[in-house]
Amino acid sequence: MELHARDMVNWFELANEKIKQNKSYLTSLDQPIGDGDHGINMARGYQEAVNRLLAKEYSEPSEVLKDASMALLSKVGGASGPLYGTAFLKMAMAVKGKDYLDLESLSVGVKAALDGLKQRGKSETGEKTMIDVWSPVATYFSNPSSFHSNGLVETARTAMEKTKDTMATKGRASYFKEKSIGHIDPGSASSCYIFEALAEVIGEKE
Amino acid sequence: MKYVGIVLISHSSKLVSGLLEIIRQVIHDVPIEVAGGTDEGEIGTSVEKIVTAIDRANVGNGVLVFYDLGSAMMNAEVALEMIDSNTVKIINAPLVEGAYVAAVESNMGKSLQDVYDAVMKEF
Repeated sequence: MELHARDMVNWFELANEKIKQNKSYLTSLDQPIGDGDHGINMARGYQEAVNRLLAKEYSEPSEVLKDASMALLSKVGGASGPLYGTAFLKMAMAVKGKDYLDLESLSVGVKAALDGLKQRGKSETGEKTMIDVWSPVATYFSNPSSFHSNGLVETARTAMEKTKDTMATKGRASYFKEKSIGHIDPGSASSCYIFEALAEVIGEKE
Repeated sequence: MKYVGIVLISHSSKLVSGLLEIIRQVIHDVPIEVAGGTDEGEIGTSVEKIVTAIDRANVGNGVLVFYDLGSAMMNAEVALEMIDSNTVKIINAPLVEGAYVAAVESNMGKSLQDVYDAVMKEF
């Protein structure tokens, strides 16, 4: 399994499609416990990322991740901008210089992204944030021998569903305290789409 | 006289331009810049606007950066990493009253650390 620069661009294209298709859903998740703009913000940011990626030729995955990161930082607007921007920037730095990514380097990249999210959000798992999806996904990646794209989807979806039962202690939803229980965390939902898209890209090569 | 600069970040441009008005009624010479709303003028914050505001507010004595809500702080941190400056400090203090105190303190010609400490002591 080798993901080259064009596969990384494909990842962002697929994620963009999923986010666009679920734009209203993401926003509806954000309405009861947030500021109701997650779908709109993510759709705007991902569209900009894809626009920039398609306008350029890339020779290594790290450059794709870096440009996507900059687009998300400048275009998302909400908290997801600095968070996703940081995640992909850390991932880019972790795999810099590689011509392609295999499962091991992807694992290193996802772990670096997770650490970036924790640092930027000053958060840990169990606070009803996107970290609750990135953390189990990073763990799943850390064992390449048993990795399968279906397993990645399952891991991300299960983790996303689980955020429904937790009370938010970080982010805008934390103002709602126990009222945040019973709602899926919007950032976990968008993260889930992003990993579903990645699973599709990997799945084509399995 | 060189003053410590102040940057006001908010999800809403109206919020910080209003706050600037309040402070300017009293403090005239301290450089104060605002970074409100997204690049499109919507609710949110923009790293680019923050970077520009910090640059403008920095006349050589450093800058104290105030923000309204959590995600604005994250963008402020990203901006700081981009600028890579050790004369800029983000402060976790009430935006309105904190910025007011900071402007008054800066106007007395105090250093960045002294202005920072004075605000933290107040809240």
